[in-house]
Amino acid sequence: MAAQRDKSRTIPGTTVFDGAESRKGYRINKFAMSFTKPENREAFTADEEVYMESWKLSDQERQFLRDRDYRGLIEECGGNIYMIMKLGTCTGHGLYHVGAQLRGQTFEDFMATRNAAGAR
Amino acid sequence: MAKIIGGIGTSHVPSIGKAYDMGQQDEPDWKPVFDAYKPVQKWLAQLKPDVAIVVYNDHGSSMFFDKYPTFAIGAADTYPIGDEGWGPRPLPDVPGNPDFSWHLAEELVYNEFDMTVCQELLVEHGFLVPMNLCFPHEPSWPVKTVPIAVNVIQHPLPTALRCYKLGQAIRQAVEACEDDLRVVIFGTGGMSHQLNGTRFGHLNTKFDNDFLDKIESDPLALTELTHQEIMEEAGAEAVELIMWLTMRGALSDNLTRVHRNYYAPMTTGMGLIALEETA
Ligand SMILES: [Fe+2]
Repeated sequence: MAAQRDKSRTIPGTTVFDGAESRKGYRINKFAMSFTKPENREAFTADEEVYMESWKLSDQERQFLRDRDYRGLIEECGGNIYMIMKLGTCTGHGLYHVGAQLRGQTFEDFMATRNAAGAR
Repeated sequence: MAKIIGGIGTSHVPSIGKAYDMGQQDEPDWKPVFDAYKPVQKWLAQLKPDVAIVVYNDHGSSMFFDKYPTFAIGAADTYPIGDEGWGPRPLPDVPGNPDFSWHLAEELVYNEFDMTVCQELLVEHGFLVPMNLCFPHEPSWPVKTVPIAVNVIQHPLPTALRCYKLGQAIRQAVEACEDDLRVVIFGTGGMSHQLNGTRFGHLNTKFDNDFLDKIESDPLALTELTHQEIMEEAGAEAVELIMWLTMRGALSDNLTRVHRNYYAPMTTGMGLIALEETA
């Protein structure tokens, strides 16, 4: 049976969401999953600090959230992109904002790299 | 006897659903996407399937990492529209066929595919974007559905070969049903894309077009791809493509290609292939 992953062959600029990431990110991902309920989105919008406290997020997670630092949430805290995207209604930051940040570019510079950026 | 009459491989990019809901179908950068599905809609309208089996993945709508099944099958009367974090899309609830779902579940489990059976399931972009692009749905959907959810987001994932074999087992299970049902099967997700890291936005048009060639003519070659190879070539999230192999595994080799399209406007290779069983 061919090995499905070769962990010695890291893929540059890539995080593979596996067991280690999912364990590390369990709390922040569960927090983000809660945004699939409108009452939780409203609670976050009403008072972010109170809502973060109710989930007992770590200091680092809270600071990344305050800073809208998606790179930190994903690359350091184990955030899963599909979960982190659920924060978007409250933060106003969609996928391409997050993506530009992950690439270390401005939104405009990132959009300029796309083939047909009207399809956003 | 129930039989599989066609298969569709398609991306399920969520922004397509949003563009659809906002009426942007004719905007220049979106038009190629929506136009690509028109021949497929027309074909399906002539084919008149009774059931669509939709192989997709849940991106955190009805499933979470507390218990994330490797393979799951919906067995509900109705699949309500999920809230992915921005409110449910304005689409009618999707009808199921629970008798057929339970039949498939029984056949698959006894054939050693240990499916998780879901009697409540909210459906989301992975399922809805393909359905929404391929079928008219106002005021209601013209087919009943069987959602089949595959874990392609939390490694370890099932192998490409395992997904293909699941498709073969689905075909056997369909053919073991005595009802005269005409069934189409969707394999969804991909194509090349990556949504994390500094490689966010990675595309590989050559890989995608080669995949489109081989899904039609040489699917066994694709079953040999490892997750590592797919991720290196086509991006971490491109592993969703293994779900197309379930669709292809459920088809024979007597196929007519009805339509094929490829467009990569933003961060995802949007592929489409429609294959009809030659009677
Ligand atoms: Fe997906």
